[in-house]
Amino acid sequence: MADDHGAGTAVEKSAPRTDSSGTAVVLAESDAIQNPGFPPHRLRVTDTDPKKEKLAERRVSGLFFLSIIGSVLAVVFYIVFPIVPGDLASIRVNTLSLGLAIALGLLGIGIGAVHWAKSLMSDAEIVEQRHGTRGTDATRAKAVEVFTLGNKESGFGRRTLIRNSLIGAIALTPIPAVVLFRDLAPAEDPVPLLKHTMWKEGVRLTRDPSGEAIKASDVTLGSAFHVIPEGLNDSHHRLEEKAKASVLLMRLQPEDLNELPERESWSYDGIVAYSKICTHVGCPVALYEQQTHNLLCPCHQSQFDVANHARVIFGPASRPLPQLPITIDEEGYLVAQSDFHEPVGPSFWERGIN
Amino acid sequence: MSTTTDTPTTTAAPVAVAPTRGSRFTSAAANYIDERTSISGLVKEVGRKIFPDHWSFMLGEVALYSFIAILLSGTFLTFFFDPSMVEVEYEGSWIPLKGIEMSAAYASSLDISFEIRGGLLMRQVHHWAALLFIASIGLHMLRIFFTGAYRKPRELNWFIGFVLFVLAMAEGFTGYSLPDDLLSGNGLRIIDGMVKAIPVAGVWVSYLLFGGEFPGTEIVGRLYSLHILLLPAILIAALGVHLLLLVINKHTQFAGPGKTNDNVVGVPVMPVFAAKAGGFFFIVFGVIMLIAATFTINPIWNYGPYDPSPVSAGTQPDWYIGFADGALRLLPPGLDLHLGDFTVPMGILIPLLVLPLFLAAVAFYPFIEAWITGDKREHHILDRPRNTPVRTAIGAAGVTFYAVLWAAASSDLIATHFGLTIEGVIHTLQALTILGPVIAYFITKAVCIGLMKKDREIALHGYESGRIVRLPGGEYIEVHQPVDEYERWRLTSFTEYQPLMIRPNEQGRITVNQRVRAVFSRWFFEDRIVPVTKAEIEQAHHGEGH
Amino acid sequence: MIGLVGTGGAYALFTTTASAETTAADEQLVDEGAKLFAANCATCHGKSLEGTTEGPTLLGVGEAAVHFQVDTGRMPLAASGPQAPEKPVQFTEEQIKALYTYVGSKAPGPGIPAEEYLDGEGDAALGAELFRINCAMCHNVAGAGGALTEGKFAPSLAGVESVHVYEAMVTGPQNMPVFNDANISPEDKANIISYLTFLNENPSPGGFDLGNLGPVSEGLFIWIFGLGAIVAITVWLTAKSN
Repeated sequence: MADDHGAGTAVEKSAPRTDSSGTAVVLAESDAIQNPGFPPHRLRVTDTDPKKEKLAERRVSGLFFLSIIGSVLAVVFYIVFPIVPGDLASIRVNTLSLGLAIALGLLGIGIGAVHWAKSLMSDAEIVEQRHGTRGTDATRAKAVEVFTLGNKESGFGRRTLIRNSLIGAIALTPIPAVVLFRDLAPAEDPVPLLKHTMWKEGVRLTRDPSGEAIKASDVTLGSAFHVIPEGLNDSHHRLEEKAKASVLLMRLQPEDLNELPERESWSYDGIVAYSKICTHVGCPVALYEQQTHNLLCPCHQSQFDVANHARVIFGPASRPLPQLPITIDEEGYLVAQSDFHEPVGPSFWERGIN
Repeated sequence: MSTTTDTPTTTAAPVAVAPTRGSRFTSAAANYIDERTSISGLVKEVGRKIFPDHWSFMLGEVALYSFIAILLSGTFLTFFFDPSMVEVEYEGSWIPLKGIEMSAAYASSLDISFEIRGGLLMRQVHHWAALLFIASIGLHMLRIFFTGAYRKPRELNWFIGFVLFVLAMAEGFTGYSLPDDLLSGNGLRIIDGMVKAIPVAGVWVSYLLFGGEFPGTEIVGRLYSLHILLLPAILIAALGVHLLLLVINKHTQFAGPGKTNDNVVGVPVMPVFAAKAGGFFFIVFGVIMLIAATFTINPIWNYGPYDPSPVSAGTQPDWYIGFADGALRLLPPGLDLHLGDFTVPMGILIPLLVLPLFLAAVAFYPFIEAWITGDKREHHILDRPRNTPVRTAIGAAGVTFYAVLWAAASSDLIATHFGLTIEGVIHTLQALTILGPVIAYFITKAVCIGLMKKDREIALHGYESGRIVRLPGGEYIEVHQPVDEYERWRLTSFTEYQPLMIRPNEQGRITVNQRVRAVFSRWFFEDRIVPVTKAEIEQAHHGEGH
Repeated sequence: MIGLVGTGGAYALFTTTASAETTAADEQLVDEGAKLFAANCATCHGKSLEGTTEGPTLLGVGEAAVHFQVDTGRMPLAASGPQAPEKPVQFTEEQIKALYTYVGSKAPGPGIPAEEYLDGEGDAALGAELFRINCAMCHNVAGAGGALTEGKFAPSLAGVESVHVYEAMVTGPQNMPVFNDANISPEDKANIISYLTFLNENPSPGGFDLGNLGPVSEGLFIWIFGLGAIVAITVWLTAKSN
């Protein structure tokens, strides 16, 4: 191809390639329509009518003056509309007045400048010639010469031992930097942490956030209690523990509860406790519909059927919510029988079969 | 008619009138600086550079100017924001949070909003500008795609632009997670769940990111470093290269009378382009300021501090992460794979694998198309989208795919606002994920070819004028308004491509590479409308007896 | 449907003594109520409040439930189904009083809440925290409402009267869970109501709130109005001047 950056018309003046690695461009004949060149320049009213020109000038400077007013007003409003402690409405006024004034300051300049360019500045279209992007052959030759000389004078290509050892050295230099980031994480193995929560045998179920214990008789039909383990509020890692131990406590009619045979002892008189951490990606599953017994997660709309051991009935979650085995203690307060029998929350590699 | 200007504007240009005090100062100052920086060279090179004038060329500028707004407002915020997750008790003005335990990050964000004059304004400018930044990048990318501006020599700049798009999304995500409120905290929870789903290393990576168990006390500080230091630095560097390439390659232009592949027709930097572009900066900033002054965005005071127990109905990420959230919602249940004792949650991994593939297809599209067409020439004249039906149709399919995923992120809001069930919305969108792009492809391609046919008709026979005339012989005809040569040039000046013809190479064999290329080439170029030729125009003229 | 029938019946068995301020039976009110009940409610709820296949039993619901359902227009239901949307109230205040007095006399349960819990003078901060934990997942943090399964929804709480909020919490209408006084004490219910009152009385300091629906409305706004306005400006900017 003689002409790398193509011709100005739709005509392709080059010979076809002989192999199929060539272009798929069709080589049109010179029957194609020619570029007619520039249309005649049209004058604007501001070019022909001096009154209109003056008007445009006044408009532009007027806009710039508006901008000055805006900027000054912004300072004034900052002082005149402060935030008054105890008066929440003053925040609104401060925000609004400052913002509108600054906006006026900005828009005044912007619209003024554009109007100036459109109506008064020269609107003649100017042509600039392009040059091929690639360097000229002479320039390229010079560039090649640079590298050739560099190679000769350093012996880079010839001294292969230097070259290869250099490449090895540079390749390995960043590795320590990667390793440095290990201590972003604490030293211990995270997997066991994921498999255990604060729930243990005898730990009372308490209300979130107060931490007050819950009696079985408090949980009436249709109730939904948000539960944290007793002692959570005193934990040094309150949120981290909560992120695993949050539980939703509900009561159904015992005949509505369809329990798995091995889990019949896990509920108490129709009261069931399930992990509140969605098994999809971990949002709190908390939308309990007391009549349909659906439990909906608001993040990605996974639905769990509380009447049927919280199995997934819709949405992207793939596992039922883990159930917390509960019973009552001597005083009638609800307590856990043990930790969950499986890790709570989203699936992960080391989770184990369940 | 046309004047080429490449004479430099030197500072030592002779002045025809007596020098005023102002101009003497300017020339002295210019002289001083030039003697120390050689700046006159830069002025000569850039000062009268030509930029074509079309509204769709300004979308990149919208992105640039909203980025500046982000930088300015963001700098203000860094003086007041405390990226620490240490627990403090709130003592500020917002009554419903009085005495509540929260992180210093959340408390400082509330203080910015309620205690500092202009603080809430700056927060809102920052967040609205961020939404606008990414939206304008998206629209800009669409313009580049549909006009073929990514072709040689601009393929690398497309790639850099794509990197900028990803960096902008990362900036946005790290940014809105900084206040440590309930909404963004749940977003982080979701990210943690997705990271944990990665086989073998997932739990460890999660532990690394959060400095321990979720939520930990490290994440806000780390996101802060990313948000104000690392990501902006990379972004600005990439932006610099992006703009440099733009100046080196010069801007593309639409076909038009007098415009060729070898020239740039438009306005010079000084004074017209500088005035318009500079003015546009103030306008964009002003519009952002106007919106930020009047509309609430991200009312963190309503969400409360992040806690793993509560959650709000209508929990969505910012719009530009919507496609990922939507993808998560669309997957059907029960996709956990079990390999022995190990779990592979395909419900999370499928989006984690498919979405990067989609993004990679976008990033590498110029190279793919160049391979298919085999077109190695430089292209500085833009295509009208209708003249490249298959490319435009592919773009429409891609946009539809993205839009379906994006819509899925608001499935619950769609349900409540249109009186539908969430189940129905999800099922419909699941079907549309596959059907939507296919339907969009075929409709778009047909529309493009139809428009090309219409252009052809107009070029040959002119516009239907609506005037019905009765000829002496008794027949009725509609008078057609012929197009002038300038209009006709716009309608007819596109290149015709033919599908690749396979030929054996030097060894006399046809490689698999060539076969595959030929299949794609046929797909791209088989259905086409041939440009109008001179002979056809003359024929048409004779036929109408004008 | 069986669930609906069962749920109501269970109230009687499992309700703890709530603030059951059942008003002393006024014979005339009760008679009036009985007539109204027979004419408007018995078809679905049974002549003796025992429930039918169309509607649950009202045994154990108490005055609060009746006042809530009827005073918000939810009852009588226009069509049988799990969602009872708010609609224009069908009865006068007197008639509603008669109805709930009648039902309360036949099916004791939670009574009309006392004024002291409804005045919005409680602790809005405690109330907000409880609201976020117990209510926001369905009603949204600012009470803008949200979606439930199968086309149901939790309605917006904007402009809802305090008495209705209290009654809904304590009776658990339709699919809303029951928040009895052991779960959320009357003082805490008052705190929640104080939070909602605060929200109603204090518009957003940042300006128009776009419905408090979060990033979705913000994203739509910026694309349609933000980018829309700016694209319109670019068209103006690059158009040839007159």
